[in-house]
Amino acid sequence: MVARLRSGMTIGIGGWGSRRKPMSLVRAILRSDLRDLIVVSYGGPDVGLLCAAGKIRKLVFGFVSLDSIPLEPHFQAARQAAAIEVTEYDEGMLQWALYAAACRLPFLPARAGLGSDVLTVNPQLRTVRSPYDDAAELVAVPALPLDAALVHLNRADASGNAQFLGDDLYFDDLFCTAAEQAYVSCERIVPTSELEAGGLTRMRVHRWMVAGVVEAPNGAHFTSCAPDYDRDEAFQRRYAAAAKDPEQWARFAATYLGGDEAAYQSAVAALGAGAGA
Amino acid sequence: MTGVQETPAQEAAGDQRVGAPVTTAEVCVVACAEAWRGDGEIAASPMGLIPTVGARLARATFEPDLLLSDGEARFVTGTWALGQPPPGPAEGWIPFRSIFDLAWHGSRHVMMGPAQIDRYGNANISAIGDYARPTRQLVGVRGAPGNTVNHRTSYWVPRHLPRVFVRRVDMVSGVGYDSARAAGNEAGEFLDLRRVVTNLAVLDFGGPDHSMRLVSVHPGVTVGDVVANTGFELAIDGDVPQTRLPTAAELTLIRDVIDPAGLRNGEVRG
Repeated sequence: MVARLRSGMTIGIGGWGSRRKPMSLVRAILRSDLRDLIVVSYGGPDVGLLCAAGKIRKLVFGFVSLDSIPLEPHFQAARQAAAIEVTEYDEGMLQWALYAAACRLPFLPARAGLGSDVLTVNPQLRTVRSPYDDAAELVAVPALPLDAALVHLNRADASGNAQFLGDDLYFDDLFCTAAEQAYVSCERIVPTSELEAGGLTRMRVHRWMVAGVVEAPNGAHFTSCAPDYDRDEAFQRRYAAAAKDPEQWARFAATYLGGDEAAYQSAVAALGAGAGA
Repeated sequence: MTGVQETPAQEAAGDQRVGAPVTTAEVCVVACAEAWRGDGEIAASPMGLIPTVGARLARATFEPDLLLSDGEARFVTGTWALGQPPPGPAEGWIPFRSIFDLAWHGSRHVMMGPAQIDRYGNANISAIGDYARPTRQLVGVRGAPGNTVNHRTSYWVPRHLPRVFVRRVDMVSGVGYDSARAAGNEAGEFLDLRRVVTNLAVLDFGGPDHSMRLVSVHPGVTVGDVVANTGFELAIDGDVPQTRLPTAAELTLIRDVIDPAGLRNGEVRG
């Protein structure tokens, strides 16, 4: 799946903060020779790991957070070293940018952003005047088409129809519809006939949106993938602590990121068994 | 902070627990709760521990129509303890997309925690220092630009210091009155900065040109303390009253129902 990506692409990553991130696909990018990526994300450890590996040229974001740990250390380090370019939007502007791309519109108007330094630090942004009697001047949030989107859902069928089983879809459908090609990883691939039992209204990602699907059990680890599993808080703490120190990070990376996904999952499992966690 | 005072409320309630001295954190909880007074049937969105206790207290007492989230994707009923699941039934499903809709509709009053805030209410949660290479990268602007231009906004500052109350914030995330004025009508149409609650005082934007004004000081705090810890000139109208103390009923709710573990006293000591 990641073999279909190219350096320099604009790649949207679904989920939210440290929740239901397509981490197995992110780890695959870490192992690839992809570089100079423009990453679009409601950011969490996906952004942190890609920053640490030097994969990101530019980040389009509204925030980057580990949720239970407010700040993402690798993202902080990258910004404080001016190692990445950024386009920082209000969270709702980012939704609008994806939705405009999904609807094949050049922009969508928004009040969000007016009066803030989002307009100052993004001089490419323009305002637009309403053609109606109000003549309101609003931000013209430009469409943000993606070359590729990566999302992780709870269930999918082999055709790419996918389903979230937790409380929030986040913006995964928008990432998919804003993208030229969307890739879904999921906890379990099931027969189409089993999807509706999980709830028709949860079947929000459809095969017409999706270019590829892969089964990746525990693929969102260490982010949450409710109700299949919660965030691995102990592992996230380990990750965040390691990220603050180059030597510790080298050890962490060698232990968990040196091999393939199966090696990652066994290292995580061994840790759980050893620590009794 | 020192100077905890006896309150009539304590005397009214004869029980030992409620009779314990009122802490600064409890004064702050009530000052935060007061931010939502009169809001009616809108969503209260507290960020941070003491604002969360305050919002639950407001709904449990004088503002019963507020909507409160469980911090995930539900509007929930009832009054419940920090760290515990709400006991009441959910009354609505609010995935993040619905939160954005709610915010842009205006039916929300958020209380955010800024790293910097200035005289006209510009607030920074994004980055400290030069934006191109920050000395300290924070979380990002999040929804602050959209929140502030769309609905009521208050702020909570657990440590009132000159490095937080700055002359001009480094990155305007939450929009202040001067920025909105410069940006034009659509930025200011719904801008409504209500209050700033800190460990020292309550402030609002009732000064000249919507500048920050000292409303009240907490027990044991002087006007001079607040001025010395604020990096710009505050509007001060005559004698500044003391922030009101919790009632006996409020103390019982705070201590026995909403924060029985006393986590509030870890966020603000004294």
